[in-house]
Amino acid sequence: MYKKLASWDSIIILLTVLVLIVASLVVDNFGTSRNFTFMVLDLMPIILVALPMTFIIITGEIDLSVASILGLTSSLMGWFWNHDMSIQTIIPLCVLIGAVAGVLNGFLITGLGLPSLAVTIGTLALYRGLALVVLGDSAVADFPFNFTGWVTGTLGGGSIPNVLIPIIALAVVFGVVLHATPVGRSLYAIGANDQAAHFSGIRVARTKFWLYVVSGAVSGLVGVLWTLRYSSARADNGAGLELAVVAAVLLGGVSIFGGKGSLPGVLAGVVLLTALQNALRLEDVSGQALNIVTGALLVLSVLLPNIVTTVRGNWQRRRLRQSAAQ
Amino acid sequence: MSVQAAPAPAQAPQSEERRSFIDTVVRAREVSLIGVLAVLVFAVSLAEPRFLNAQNLRDILLNVSIVALLAVGQTIVVVTRNIDLSVGSVLGISAWTAATLMSDHQGLPMIVAILVGLAVGAVAGLLNGVLVRYGKVPALVVTLGTLYIYRGITYQWAGGSQVNADKLPAHFLNFANDNLLGIPWLVLIALIVVGGATLVMRNYRVGRELYAMGSSPQAAELAGIKVARNLLGAFLLSGALAGLAGVLFAARFGTVDASAGTGYELNVVAAVVVGGVAVFGGSGTVWGAGLGALLLTVISSALAVLDINQFWQQAIVGALIILAICADRLVAVRIARSLRKRDAHV
Repeated sequence: MYKKLASWDSIIILLTVLVLIVASLVVDNFGTSRNFTFMVLDLMPIILVALPMTFIIITGEIDLSVASILGLTSSLMGWFWNHDMSIQTIIPLCVLIGAVAGVLNGFLITGLGLPSLAVTIGTLALYRGLALVVLGDSAVADFPFNFTGWVTGTLGGGSIPNVLIPIIALAVVFGVVLHATPVGRSLYAIGANDQAAHFSGIRVARTKFWLYVVSGAVSGLVGVLWTLRYSSARADNGAGLELAVVAAVLLGGVSIFGGKGSLPGVLAGVVLLTALQNALRLEDVSGQALNIVTGALLVLSVLLPNIVTTVRGNWQRRRLRQSAAQ
Repeated sequence: MSVQAAPAPAQAPQSEERRSFIDTVVRAREVSLIGVLAVLVFAVSLAEPRFLNAQNLRDILLNVSIVALLAVGQTIVVVTRNIDLSVGSVLGISAWTAATLMSDHQGLPMIVAILVGLAVGAVAGLLNGVLVRYGKVPALVVTLGTLYIYRGITYQWAGGSQVNADKLPAHFLNFANDNLLGIPWLVLIALIVVGGATLVMRNYRVGRELYAMGSSPQAAELAGIKVARNLLGAFLLSGALAGLAGVLFAARFGTVDASAGTGYELNVVAAVVVGGVAVFGGSGTVWGAGLGALLLTVISSALAVLDINQFWQQAIVGALIILAICADRLVAVRIARSLRKRDAHV
């Protein structure tokens, strides 16, 4: 029974494969290698930020500040570039600044014991505000072509986009850590019951702290990649991305209460969302109307398993009553 | 020193003293907000007397009215240990509904627009509540989903078009500027809603039940509180107030498109948290949230008047939210310690 309950991520993987097949058969240009490149570029920010977000939500916490960290590093990247720093210095510096932003989140949440939802709503405003202070409403666009070209380019001019390399590398690392190491198992234990985890010798506070640092660093990296992809550093880059990321993670079968979920499910959730949006856009459905699909999928991803559980519970109770009557 | 020296005095004065201590702590947020507001207004008006002119004060009050309405609904939902992130989108769909209705039927009286807005919001809020209560989906997930859905519906309906002020009847637009005894209608409505909700939450049974639900949902259910009815009511009210705010938004700004109210949920949650409402339910007052909204509006107006870079505003809001929850934490730790100390005497 537990196996069946936990099968939402296999359903979502099947659904994703189904959507990909149907879309490439029905929608013109969906299956072309050009569209594949665009799709990978579109899902890059969501999928990368979703990796640490999955870890955080599995421990029962949340990080809503990711998109603002992205915006802050993007802004700073433009500011540094305007102040004649070399791009080779700027990129690691931006990742580091993202990590520092994560340190503040982690300190407020694990050091002072504040609720992560409220803290990261606060830092969502704070980091986006700082991004605006740094760059205002101007944009910096003259980044060197060998970097911007790499992000939008493909491997040897073929059909595999370059950004797929960091995506796959990070996804493999996060997947191995979550599903094949003691650290990964401890995340589930923390999410299921953090006091019990504490008493079984897991360093709950320290683990959560580092998750926020990693989340900040990855968001900083995505800020760099986002800036290079559009070759435009702006303070409002990635605004609202946190909602899409949380939606994708929950859609992938991770429980908002923590303790449940898997990385393959989340990856499928991200691909499903992006592929649906891409296919509908090719069919000329307006971008904003796609919000209805995203929102409905998000609610359904929690609602449907609940309904299944309730119906199955009723059914079992009735069977028990019948067998008792006999 | 004084703690050590204190012997056990007679029972009555001690409990009196303790009640007043806890009372002060609980009231501390509203009192300190008023203090901060007073200092801020005083300092800014010293630096720039223009800040206190009638037009600027009027603008501040008109701006705060709309956020305050949303903050009242949000407080009632947050007190029950839930959250409503869809308020910005509900405001958008209601503003669009009211604007298209009034531009198509110029003769309709204002009250019809208000009722339609309230109804649209109530339906949207009720759907949130039903999904939370009967679908057993966490409020964060439901309202994040409906944030997308309601906004998407508005875009689908409006497309790229917008309703301009010259298409709207004059009495609809004047509503935002008309006065009753010198007080603009918008401000009056906000005051009545904040005052009424404060009274109900503080003195009436249903209000206390909402706090009980937030303190411990299980205990509330076991105590026989009609949790389902109250929860649906809270979400319905939050939606209805967002709907009302949408109509007032349309009347005040005149130009409405599908993006009206985008991102308002952040301002509203900020106002509520700064106003001392705990995100995990069970404490905080409606008028505190109203003060939170007022403080945020005054800050943004002060930045404009003092010619400080407007871009600082959001960073300040973020810092204030963090400061507010740190203060909450401090108070909670202190109350827990004083309760422990009292228990130790028994």
